[in-house]
Amino acid sequence: MDISQNRAYTRKEILEAILDALGAIAPEVDFSKVDPERPLRSQVDLDSFDFLNAIIRLHEKLGIDIPEQDYGKLGTLNSTADYLSQRLSADAATR
Amino acid sequence: MPSLGADMDAGTLVEWMVKPGDTVQRGQVVAVVETQKGAIEVEMWQSGTVDKLLVTPGTKVPVGTRLALIATKGEVSATPEPVAAEPAPAAAVTPGPPVAHPEPHPAGARARVSPAARRRAEELKVDIGIVQPAEPGATISLADVERAAAQLQVRPLEAAPPAAAAGDWHAQMRKAIANAMSRSKREVPHYYLSTQIDVSRVSDWLIGENLKRPVASRLLPVVPLMKATALALREVPELNGVWLNGVFRQSSAVHLGMAIAMRGGGLVAPAIHDADRKTPDELMAALRDLVARVRGGRLRSSEMSDPTVTLTNLGEQGVEQVFGVIYPPQVAIVGIGKIVERACVKDGWIAARKVVVATLAADHRVSDGHRGGLFLAALDRLLQEPEKL
Repeated sequence: MDISQNRAYTRKEILEAILDALGAIAPEVDFSKVDPERPLRSQVDLDSFDFLNAIIRLHEKLGIDIPEQDYGKLGTLNSTADYLSQRLSADAATR
Repeated sequence: MPSLGADMDAGTLVEWMVKPGDTVQRGQVVAVVETQKGAIEVEMWQSGTVDKLLVTPGTKVPVGTRLALIATKGEVSATPEPVAAEPAPAAAVTPGPPVAHPEPHPAGARARVSPAARRRAEELKVDIGIVQPAEPGATISLADVERAAAQLQVRPLEAAPPAAAAGDWHAQMRKAIANAMSRSKREVPHYYLSTQIDVSRVSDWLIGENLKRPVASRLLPVVPLMKATALALREVPELNGVWLNGVFRQSSAVHLGMAIAMRGGGLVAPAIHDADRKTPDELMAALRDLVARVRGGRLRSSEMSDPTVTLTNLGEQGVEQVFGVIYPPQVAIVGIGKIVERACVKDGWIAARKVVVATLAADHRVSDGHRGGLFLAALDRLLQEPEKL
């Protein structure tokens, strides 16, 4: 495993990765105006295709494969960041 | 100029990708055309050799206008096949803007016009027909247009600010949709059917399939619905085809038009060719490609002109049922709502089941409610055996 994959990500980096993934899909959205506590899909027009593409981008970026049954945990920016940091530290612990 | 949808009456040739003497194959992209729904790649529907390009880039011409002459195998170029001779539904060719000719003209004929000059003439609202070239026989240049405009004392339109371009495009898109949908509601006697389908099995099947797959090749729930729709259409073929000049032409192939929303508003419904013969993975790949090109790239002429039926899926926004408006000249549109969990009675027991409402809006000139009902029943039956899709 690549060393860079082993390092711990800060929350800021995780949020950046999320915004990067979403920004590529919805370039018209000003994410500084998105409330991190409110449901993302009520603020950004995302369909299931957009959502899947965001999941694929996060996988490429962070190496985390998010299973479908966990999609429910990705409702808001904050909950997505929580979920990803949990998964990343769990991965680090098993290495 | 091919008709790339019932709502298109003209298009602007943007670019030629071939030149005279080039050999072209059926399906090859030979030109790019700007329409109200964005730039579309025009494909050849026969092989041959490019004999002459008749329309210069930058020219807006009505649907049905010859764009180029193609010599087919064994033919001498004197009897060329016109490009854009495709059956163009409702394409009464009205006299359009003059078509620039790439060959020398005898005196009295229209002069050649450079693309920049033509654009400038449009901007300045100068009739290109009155513009004289600097020297007899020369190509009309931008300067010639501006001189003519000055002589006419035509006040040039203010240059549109860049932001207005997007707004204009949006207005164009709305106009295209308005034309097609108004025509549909005016001419097509719709009838509407709806049924609730238990999709628990297909949902379970999908979960199992996606568990086996890496994230990049997961299937979306719409994929089995697309396949089942395409297969059910084989059983009730009078829903699959086009109504042209008072006659229904049934299609043996199922080219499934997918209604895809565009970011910032508007929609297009390009075709996935032979959807009934594609595997779920192939359908997913085709849909992925199509969505990406709807949102950021170019669609192809065959995708715009070929759909034999449309599928619209509004479940994403929480809509439980959608009754579509048929996109002429098609004769049916299938609507899929949101997959929801409901308490259902089965064999005397109440159970939580995943259900979806499937609807059909179809053209009563071609089919009746009974046949439409058979289609929805077939769709239901096919979705109960997802592993066979």
